[in-house]
Amino acid sequence: MNQAKSERLMNLVICLLVSRGYVPKSRIRQVVGGYGEQSPEAFERMFERDKEELRELGIPIETGSFDPFGDEEPGYRIRRQDFELPEISLEPDEAAVIGLAARVWQHASLAEATSRAVLKLRAAGVETDTSALAAIEPRLAVEEPAFWPMWEAVRDRTPVTFSYRKNPTGRAMQRILQPWSVLSWHGRWYVVGHDLNRDSPRMFRLSRIVGDVTPAGEPGSYDVPTAEQVREAAGALAPARQTASARIRVRQGSGYGLRRRATGIRRSSDGWDELSVPYSDGGVLAEELAGYGGDVVAVEPEDVRKRVIERLRAVVEAAA
Amino acid sequence: MTQRTSGAQQQVARLLSLLPYLLSHPNARVSDVAELFGVSERQIMRDLNVLWFSGLPGLAMGDYIEVDMDAVEGDGVISVSNADYLARPLKLGTDEALALVVALRTLAAMPGSYDRGAIDRAIAKLEQAAGSAAERATAVRVEVDGDSVAEVAAVVRRALDEKRRLHLSYWVPGRDETTERDVDPMRLALADGRLYLEGWCRRAEAERLFRLDRVAAISILDVPASVPPQARARDLSAGIFQPSPDDELVTLAVTPAGRWVAEYYPCESVTENDDGGLTIQLRVADRRWLRRLVLRLGGTGRMVAPADLAVEVVAEAKAALAVNESPPGLG
Repeated sequence: MNQAKSERLMNLVICLLVSRGYVPKSRIRQVVGGYGEQSPEAFERMFERDKEELRELGIPIETGSFDPFGDEEPGYRIRRQDFELPEISLEPDEAAVIGLAARVWQHASLAEATSRAVLKLRAAGVETDTSALAAIEPRLAVEEPAFWPMWEAVRDRTPVTFSYRKNPTGRAMQRILQPWSVLSWHGRWYVVGHDLNRDSPRMFRLSRIVGDVTPAGEPGSYDVPTAEQVREAAGALAPARQTASARIRVRQGSGYGLRRRATGIRRSSDGWDELSVPYSDGGVLAEELAGYGGDVVAVEPEDVRKRVIERLRAVVEAAA
Repeated sequence: MTQRTSGAQQQVARLLSLLPYLLSHPNARVSDVAELFGVSERQIMRDLNVLWFSGLPGLAMGDYIEVDMDAVEGDGVISVSNADYLARPLKLGTDEALALVVALRTLAAMPGSYDRGAIDRAIAKLEQAAGSAAERATAVRVEVDGDSVAEVAAVVRRALDEKRRLHLSYWVPGRDETTERDVDPMRLALADGRLYLEGWCRRAEAERLFRLDRVAAISILDVPASVPPQARARDLSAGIFQPSPDDELVTLAVTPAGRWVAEYYPCESVTENDDGGLTIQLRVADRRWLRRLVLRLGGTGRMVAPADLAVEVVAEAKAALAVNESPPGLG
């Protein structure tokens, strides 16, 4: 830790914050400790780097001058209303959920970001006591390496390019995307945006991105449509409408996964129940039914029945 | 602050929160402050040292921030003054506001987590305070499988609040069995987008996680919960599905169409095959689960080892074929 540098940065922040107007660079050199003893060139370099580091922290350092002719050397200031966290007054229950929210992210950068945010709120007098919520454990995990570059891209509206393997059997293809939104659906992460190759909205699963996500344009170089349009583009995630119904026989005492969504159950004395199960895709249903082995029998429709038999035959053949 | 940050930069970021905290919490203990800020007590001392040399431009007499070093060294309490110009922390950054709002929205989507009204009010106030930093809040969305389990979650939450035992009818899909258990609830968890009850299962005499969408029936018993002192909540950071090294190691070969298996389940090893498929090694606690997986794969996956399990799977497929080709109670 470089104590002298920390002191210099603190004193620079205070100097720019308490001044009434723009502080000329020469004045900064005089009053902020650590600059005066530098050569003019070393001071320039040091001051530029210091400003950059403070801006990276989110400190808004403005450049300007009050001189109408612009002859004066430029000055710097920090406007208090752009610097300070505004007044925020939270009820105890609101503060408690914010404390709980700080435990949600299982991603290093975002966990740090939430901790920093909560510290700022604590510093502003918000007491985030979460002891009453100890029995609640919310976790939002992120494992996909593509997540962070995609988060930055949607945050800054930067077009990106990446290699994507759409389905497991296909080859990876290079895509260019204007990302609109990153979303988690039942624990898996996706990005939705405008696909410049296809010139239409597309959704991508982050775990299927192969390799790096790299910028393909300037930040802020496109607009994001309305929330409704973004939602619509992500519509493929919503469960498909279940328009068909299958008749399925299930051995008594088994097939709970089917029973709980059955629209009708007819019990019979032969040890089997007959269920009406709504579904949207016969192939998906057949796959599920095959998993139950000999405890479940597809009766109707014929298409589903055939597919179950095909799958089971394929298991026997694959092993042969 | 996603770039590499210098040590001084990090320290200044902390000081800009630490200073207003100390001004609004007179006589805070060094140890408490260190814990809150997630740094060592020595680091807090170094931070105070920086403040001691900071102050108004020019740093004439009376311009310095005052830190009562005697109180720090003598009593371990911090008293700071003469810094009213830094009485409020820095505004929230974009990542900070966005990460916090998304986390709150996740809580709002988690039934049983907390009063929805309080969460919504907290989000509104935060967005207000964050200003432009919260503008991109719609850029990230989290959907939780919540609605279908809201009623079960509410019962779990009430049992946790009242510290009472629960009775569950719980479906174990790997065995396709519905089991009856008494459970002393420990916590309600959201992991991998789903809700879980973690509790001490009186039947297993151990901690167990129950996925709420597999709870067929739930009731609160008129018995106080008694979670034994040796019960430990599981560390969920590694994911909900944590195979034990004692579990049986099995090898599957999948065709290209079966590659999803490697995406869905934690694997011990995954190797590419020449046909575009994969050879996958998995740890399996219950053979019945694996038999069902291979049946579901319907020829897009094949058991390689152990050999006796491969034989079991084929026998089960043949039995299933027999009942499906001539369904019971028909014809």
